[in-house]
Amino acid sequence: MEDSAVEILSASTPKPRIGIDGGDDNKNWRRRVNGVEVSVPIVCGSIAFYRGKKAKEYRTHNWTVYVRGATNEDLGVVIRKVIFHLHPSFKSPTRVVDSPPFTLSECGWGEFKIDITIFFHADACERKLELSHLLKLNPEIYSGPQSPNVPVVTESYNEIVFPDPFECFLSRVNNHPAVHVSKLPEGLNLPPPGDADDESYYKMKKGDTKDHPLSHWFLKFSDADELFRLTDTRQKVQADIAKLKRQLVMVDAQPE
Amino acid sequence: MGGTDAKDILGLPKTPLSLTQEKKSRPQKESHRKPDGISREVYALTGGVAPLMPSIDVTHLKRPPPPDEKVAWQWLPVKSSARKDDLQLYHWVRVVNDVPPTGDYSFAKYNKSVDVLKYTDDEYENHLTDPVWTKEETDQLFELCERFDLRFTVIADRFPLSRTVEELKDRYYSVTRALLRARAQSPAELANHPLIKEPYDMTRDRERKRALSMVLSQSRHQEKKDAEILAEAKRITEMRLAARRAAEPDVPANENIGSVSPSSNSQLPATAVAPSTLTMADYASTLASLRMLHVYLRTYGLEQMVQAASSAVGLRTIKRVEQTLQDLGVNLKPKVPTKTVCDEHLELRKEILTLLNLQKQLQYKESEGSSHREGTYGAMPDTPKDRVFASEPFGFGAERPIKKEPKRKGPGRQSDTPSPAHKRPRKLKASDL
Repeated sequence: MEDSAVEILSASTPKPRIGIDGGDDNKNWRRRVNGVEVSVPIVCGSIAFYRGKKAKEYRTHNWTVYVRGATNEDLGVVIRKVIFHLHPSFKSPTRVVDSPPFTLSECGWGEFKIDITIFFHADACERKLELSHLLKLNPEIYSGPQSPNVPVVTESYNEIVFPDPFECFLSRVNNHPAVHVSKLPEGLNLPPPGDADDESYYKMKKGDTKDHPLSHWFLKFSDADELFRLTDTRQKVQADIAKLKRQLVMVDAQPE
Repeated sequence: MGGTDAKDILGLPKTPLSLTQEKKSRPQKESHRKPDGISREVYALTGGVAPLMPSIDVTHLKRPPPPDEKVAWQWLPVKSSARKDDLQLYHWVRVVNDVPPTGDYSFAKYNKSVDVLKYTDDEYENHLTDPVWTKEETDQLFELCERFDLRFTVIADRFPLSRTVEELKDRYYSVTRALLRARAQSPAELANHPLIKEPYDMTRDRERKRALSMVLSQSRHQEKKDAEILAEAKRITEMRLAARRAAEPDVPANENIGSVSPSSNSQLPATAVAPSTLTMADYASTLASLRMLHVYLRTYGLEQMVQAASSAVGLRTIKRVEQTLQDLGVNLKPKVPTKTVCDEHLELRKEILTLLNLQKQLQYKESEGSSHREGTYGAMPDTPKDRVFASEPFGFGAERPIKKEPKRKGPGRQSDTPSPAHKRPRKLKASDL
């Protein structure tokens, strides 16, 4: 995908987005850079602390659910707001977090699936993204009574992918530590950031999760192990394929 | 056992929620609750729960006979036109209003007999001689045909010489045909005679019986396999249609084909089945639709691509790919799905698919080489020389017994011309449909 040329949405190609994006004023910056992929590594998770034996029946755990950058960078560069849909038994179960860090703390007793809706800045994408996280309060393997000091941490890694991003978005987030940008095509001139930008980002409060009180418990995600395992396995499989091909040739070569 | 009894044993309350709800929901049917004629205790056994077996509506049972009809059953003699002797038999008859049924015995019409032609000595000499059959044998055959109304299995059983049912049939029908021809004034008058129009074909009859026995001797396992193959073939044809439709207007999507899986393209020969144009079209359209989303989760993208990669293969193959992944100790869903990890994961899946296809090819070729025996489908081909082909050659379903026949006749022929069809046994079936 990286090597395909930059294609600018001219008048001849369909422009389904432009109508939705609304502004004819900043039309020039609403060009998509084809073949480039912007990805944002995120971690969706929850941390739950047992409140001890004296806790009330319906308030056994303090928990926090969050969407954070995989390296705890500020996700506000891409995400405008996050809505956490809690279990209907909670008071006002739809919780909107409109500034980073996108975390939500509550107190409860039950595990349930939290649906999470992520909204992006207008220059990134008008569409929202849905994901879900299973809130875990109790450890998978029971090993004696739960300690109030060691939380149950459940995290999953994912990436938000923006294929063919808008030029203005690309120029704004390029080189931002929270964002990965695939190799830019040669000769691409990005407009200066902030020129035709969406205002919401600049008004927004900044906030990474590097110094978050819970950051001690955040898991580290690295694809190195998995990648090693995959390349190793692929080599084995390729060797098997080569062996089978030789056998096939042998079978073919057998005289009648 | 009734519902209430069961509830008693389980210690549940006698009127659970469902029962009360049911009562509320249909109060107008209250009259049906306990019909007359059933004691309260018996009815209570059903406990308001639907019966396990379909029961007859009580109103049907209690329907009175028409008032002006008096029905009686009587032991009366039978008069049957089918009976040539004077033996008098009796049976029970339903007599309505004292009027016994008249007319012939109702089963007499089924007493059909066949007119077996008779030939004279002259006729036999002129038309019916056969090097394999003597006149005595033929006479005997016709006698038995007459006696047993052409029930050839019985005739074959009584026939003193050992001849197959087909041989007996063939002799009988050819003699009858020759007689008909010889006695007819003009060929036109015989044109529509069933025996002339559709003459008995011994080889075909044998083939028919062989095919039947093949189907009947199929194990349930083989039957399941056949059904799977057919379902898969259907799926593939549908997929092809869909892919063709999707691929044609999607010109910009095709640009990406090269970049999706460059490695698998360069590594595999044309015979490998996995990265067919079909799969590539699926890939391209999936990529295009992902790009149309403008934003998606990496895991979602991977899922879609995995689906596209396995769209051309059957459910069983997908399961085998996943089983292989697990055996190799690879996560079915990557824990850290970065772009590189996802790409590698996809490539690995594709390679496993190629591997499985090659295994299948090898097995097919080998089984073809071993005088076309079947039943080696599922085994791993790692030790091809040690394998014992134990199963009977009744492997395939009834779909192509005739096609396979000429192959079996020549066990010395190791392989037919190596057409691509033989390299891809399953695809062949798909295109056959």
